[in-house]
Amino acid sequence: MLLLFHFYGIPQEKDQNLIETTCKNTPNYQLCISTLRAHPGSINTDIEGLGLIMVYAVKAKAIETSNAIKKLKGSQPELRNALNDCSGRYNAILEADVPEAVEALIKGDPKFAEDGMADASLEAVSCEKSFKQVISPLTVLNNAVRDLSDVARAIIRNLL
Amino acid sequence: MKSPSPYIPLLDSGRDPSRGPSKRRRPSRVVILLLAGLLAAALLVAVALNYKGSGESAVNRPEKTVPAVARGVTEGVSAKSFAPLLGALKSNWTNKILAWQRSAYHFQPKKNWMNDPNGPVFYKGWYHFFYQYNPYGAVWGNIVWGHAVSMDLIHWRHLPIAMVPDQWYDINGVWTGSATILADGQLVMLYTGSTNESVQVQNLAYPADPSDPLLTNWIKYSGNPVLVPPPGIHYKDFRDPTTAWLTPEGKWRFTIGSKVNKIGISLVYDTEDFKSYQLLDGVLHGVPGTGMWECVDFYPVSKIQENGLDTSDNGPGVKHVLKTSLDDDRNDYYALGIYDSSTAKWTPDNPIIDVGIGLRYDYGIFYASKTFYDQNKKRRVLWGWIKETDSEDTDVRKGWSSVQAIPRTIRLDKETGSNLVLWPVEEFDKLRLKKKVFDNVEAKAGSVVPLDVGSATQLDIVVEFEVDQKALESINGTNTTYSCNANGGAAERGALGPFGLLVLTDNDQVEQTPVYFYISKDIQGNFSTFFCADHSRSSKAPDVDKAIYGSTVPVIKGEKLSMRVLVDHSVVESFGQGGRTCITSRIYPTTAVGDDARLFLFNNATDAGITASLQIWQMSSAYVQ
Repeated sequence: MLLLFHFYGIPQEKDQNLIETTCKNTPNYQLCISTLRAHPGSINTDIEGLGLIMVYAVKAKAIETSNAIKKLKGSQPELRNALNDCSGRYNAILEADVPEAVEALIKGDPKFAEDGMADASLEAVSCEKSFKQVISPLTVLNNAVRDLSDVARAIIRNLL
Repeated sequence: MKSPSPYIPLLDSGRDPSRGPSKRRRPSRVVILLLAGLLAAALLVAVALNYKGSGESAVNRPEKTVPAVARGVTEGVSAKSFAPLLGALKSNWTNKILAWQRSAYHFQPKKNWMNDPNGPVFYKGWYHFFYQYNPYGAVWGNIVWGHAVSMDLIHWRHLPIAMVPDQWYDINGVWTGSATILADGQLVMLYTGSTNESVQVQNLAYPADPSDPLLTNWIKYSGNPVLVPPPGIHYKDFRDPTTAWLTPEGKWRFTIGSKVNKIGISLVYDTEDFKSYQLLDGVLHGVPGTGMWECVDFYPVSKIQENGLDTSDNGPGVKHVLKTSLDDDRNDYYALGIYDSSTAKWTPDNPIIDVGIGLRYDYGIFYASKTFYDQNKKRRVLWGWIKETDSEDTDVRKGWSSVQAIPRTIRLDKETGSNLVLWPVEEFDKLRLKKKVFDNVEAKAGSVVPLDVGSATQLDIVVEFEVDQKALESINGTNTTYSCNANGGAAERGALGPFGLLVLTDNDQVEQTPVYFYISKDIQGNFSTFFCADHSRSSKAPDVDKAIYGSTVPVIKGEKLSMRVLVDHSVVESFGQGGRTCITSRIYPTTAVGDDARLFLFNNATDAGITASLQIWQMSSAYVQ
């Protein structure tokens, strides 16, 4: 088996290099590395694949945030206005931005994937800002969505 | 003769569009699967399964605050969205404000997303316009060819969708293409398809019934694709074929953008029947560092005449424009040069401002533009896609996204010889209603003058400025440089500027959008004039674009400074010096809307007074059927 590895090169090492170089060109190297390495598909894929993995990470975090918003609507009704704004924004991330980015990456027009991730970041930041005079209960989650989107966007830019 | 290619056309698998997208081709999977037999198979099979597309379940779909509609089935992309008529008040954006944003006289479909103009053409008495369209949502996806017709480029009638992704060779996208009218009047359409393996190929389509002036139905050639990516070209870097032109040998020739590493290039093909092609050696042109060339356009302009030229025209009185949309920065660039039809090569007049690194059609929001030769009125007409610059959340709520620019005529600037001049087509002027004239309005240094025009959201404004001559002469030049987007916008005062208009501005000028000139003078006493649009204070909303756009504008000695500004709700098109420099803006005010939007003249210069003469028309809507 070692012979087989030897014959085909050592794919894991080469692909680790791709992950590292790609992540170095993002605004958050650590987040990029840890997110990609957590996904078994990140070995042995191309930049497009790495971009997709990151987009799906945005999606997962956005779903988590969306669920948190729902819970908060029940437990903290005084934050209703901001939470309604955030609902709309996370709806846009999950129903528009993420599907747009996935489709654009798979079908081969990556600028729309960049647009989707740029907007996802904007929506997360905007949700956070909508808690004007109170402390946002969603800061950690909003920041995570923002950071993941920014990393995804940076990865996708390599394809343009 | 078809050039050899590694892409064997797949048999039509009778593909069921409700299945997910096919898996992406990765040759190393063979290696993985071999190893899987030796190692833990389960983990590696799981790896292989991850890229079957969006088959994974949508976990806990978020509760929607808008009426839910069935999702588009193919790739799980965006659901249809409606602007909510009910629902909670969101922070900045009331339904009233969102409704106000919709344009009155720009082309847009009734709802949903639009992007690139496709196949514009004049045929049997009608102007045809096709466009990239998403029938299911206010975001890019599920792309089909929308279609509309007009007799005057201003009033449009929507027609049924012209082409949908229903063949293996365009199932992942019926993308941008161009029309060519053959010598016998026959119309052919070349367009890019994204295949079931996401390979970009070129396809031929033609009207099902050429005698139908509305060109309602289209047939795709049974032998598609007619072109696949040639050797050395990545299968995702091969799209947007141009209108073809005749070679001296009587063949048809077209060009298509691509890239090699970061060198943007344009490939050239010859054909006699649009079915089989010969790839020419080399490229029409290429520019290092520019990246992928999308929506390439290539056409002649006359050095002598005022009218436009047929795409096949050539000769000593002709220059050729090579234009591209840069994927990298979403701007449209052009350059003037000379085309050698015997070598199929184009050379820029000035390599310093070569394609992609020099002049732009428009310094604002304007992309994927495409011209056509209008043989009806003998002019070259330009279409350009104007996207939204607000958040997707707002687009989903209002249920639409993007407009097209008012079609512009293009001609060579005879005075400078080194740039184009773009101007709204003359038919646009028919929308003018009541006119108000303001003659010789003085604006001293540091002043704002209200212009009482009544409603200020649908306007055509033409202004001429005179700058205090003594100030121009006596001001000391400096060696500081200015640029629209790097300096402080309209609030940064210079000796001789900025001055211009404040559009979509509320009474207290809290929300304001300045469109202005800025004159700078260097130590030798030479003037440079800048034409800018400043969105930094255009809205109190934090989630809209606030950039400052613009560029230098050539001014011939003795010319007055002039601008024309078209205001159409959230779309503003500004033209400096007769269209030498253009800026398209998207503006989303929260208070300067409806009856609260006003128009002002302003002069923020420190040392020069200005005098402005204005003609301002109220504009009617362009009725759309």
